[in-house]
Amino acid sequence: MKPVSHQQNLLDIEQCTIRFGGLSAVTQLDLSIGENELVGLIGPNGAGKTTVFNLITGVYSPSEGMISFEGKRIQGKRPYQITEHGIARTFQNIRLFPSLTVFDNVRVAFHLHVASGIGHAIWRGKAFWNEEKEISNRVMELLKIFNLEHLASQMARSLPYGDQRRLEIVRALATKPRLLLLDEPAAGMNPTEKIDLMMLIRFIKAEFGLSVLLVEHDMQVVMGICQRIAVLDHGSKIAEGAPDQIRNDPRVIEAYLGK
Amino acid sequence: MKLPLPQLFLVATLLVSLTISHFAHRFDPYHLEITIAVGINIILAVSLNLINGYTGQFSLGHAGFMAMGAYTSAAISIHAGPTLLSLFGFAGKSGSISLLFFVALLSGGIAAALAGLLVGTPSLRLKGDYLAIVTLGFGEIIRVIFRNIEPLGGALGLTGIPAYTTFFWTFGFAAITVYTIVSLVHSTYGRGFLAVHDDEVAAEAMGINTTRYKIVAFLIGAFFAGIAGGLYGHFKLSIAPGGFDFMRSIEIVVMVILGGMANTPGVIAAAILLTVLPEWLRPVQEYRMIIYSLLLIVLMLTRPQGLFSFGWYEKWRARRSATEA
Repeated sequence: MKPVSHQQNLLDIEQCTIRFGGLSAVTQLDLSIGENELVGLIGPNGAGKTTVFNLITGVYSPSEGMISFEGKRIQGKRPYQITEHGIARTFQNIRLFPSLTVFDNVRVAFHLHVASGIGHAIWRGKAFWNEEKEISNRVMELLKIFNLEHLASQMARSLPYGDQRRLEIVRALATKPRLLLLDEPAAGMNPTEKIDLMMLIRFIKAEFGLSVLLVEHDMQVVMGICQRIAVLDHGSKIAEGAPDQIRNDPRVIEAYLGK
Repeated sequence: MKLPLPQLFLVATLLVSLTISHFAHRFDPYHLEITIAVGINIILAVSLNLINGYTGQFSLGHAGFMAMGAYTSAAISIHAGPTLLSLFGFAGKSGSISLLFFVALLSGGIAAALAGLLVGTPSLRLKGDYLAIVTLGFGEIIRVIFRNIEPLGGALGLTGIPAYTTFFWTFGFAAITVYTIVSLVHSTYGRGFLAVHDDEVAAEAMGINTTRYKIVAFLIGAFFAGIAGGLYGHFKLSIAPGGFDFMRSIEIVVMVILGGMANTPGVIAAAILLTVLPEWLRPVQEYRMIIYSLLLIVLMLTRPQGLFSFGWYEKWRARRSATEA
């Protein structure tokens, strides 16, 4: 381990273990993500991929090991604090705010960058309106980039599945993350939608200059866009490397890809 | 730039209620009494709607907060009244009474808000039914405590409260309650309450401190319940712990559910309907409560989304918020 690498990496997971009772869901995991890097995390069902997401985003606290983001320790912080640090996520089973409009779903995520709190919201002075207008403009801008602006006043729950997936990504981007975690974004998509999604992820990475950690079962998507792939099995990392390396790794074929 | 509708509403309502208050002595006392009860129930229902409707935290303790405010403000105007009146003497007779009443109401609101902070804290870990039971227990504890404080009248209650509540005070505060809660939830900050209601995990992931939002909801909701309690005390002139039992909390919850959770105009309409309905049914005497209960059942069966939830209001609100850019 070279100490220099710590400064280049955005996220560092070192020797992380989490146990639920006697079961160790993730064991001594090492994983780093660099600036503007697109990393894939794959593995069979129950391998611990979503648990890794939950460790990074503070839903769980690791039993052992260390997680740091931009050189700062983030383990033990609450999820909202980790989002403040610049990590945003989407969920495996879409978790939008169903009774809010598309516009408000994104607006809520801008809440982090609102300077004025309760007092201003009640008093509604000039500063409040200027800020609300600014937020409103930025929400519409974001929605426009992702072709959702015509749906702004629709309820989130009434959106088609593909649009809900996209909206969830837009909402995560509204928190201005440096690292975006995508949990199975291609699940339930048809081949055309998958190709659109791959283009979308590449676009986000370039446009917003952020890093992406992608959990996905669809090998076409993972192999197609990831620069580096880590493979989990039974909570341990069994391989890590470029897509071609992973495709031909005998252990990965044995555990996950199949012959 | 869109019209500052909430502010216009607030100023207009304050002016109208001040004018009506001026002619209140010409009203039939029975009608005036019902009208003031309507105003107090609007404050209670709209403030509970912030906790139960917008934030989705099921509280059954609103009568407890109301009791807190009623006793605190009554104690102040009875015991500290004479001292404060002479202190406020510079404002003239009616001016000093207004000042005293304002101070008493505000203290009642603050006492209730502190109690709200106390209940909001366990709500960090409890959800749904469990929270409902904790708040129910809390409301009962407050009631029992007041029953055992002898200087506050014990089980017999506190009597001799000065009659300060007028049409203006009641509807003025009703307008302030509606204004505060509506402008709060229709801001970027306030959308967080609805996010907590919809999905706490997702809300946290979006950087929302769900704990803080829940406490704020309890704090503001309880504050206005305390104000309503103060108005109630200075209107009934005597208060007893029995008046703040959990049936009172249920009544307010019913108003919120019937009006349509998180729909303020609906909740106001329900508060009016459910205050006036039992009075309309007075001629049928002993069948009154049976008919009242039956009506509630029928209403809930036919309009589970809330009696006054038509969709157009939500649509209008959605368009208004999305097109302001």
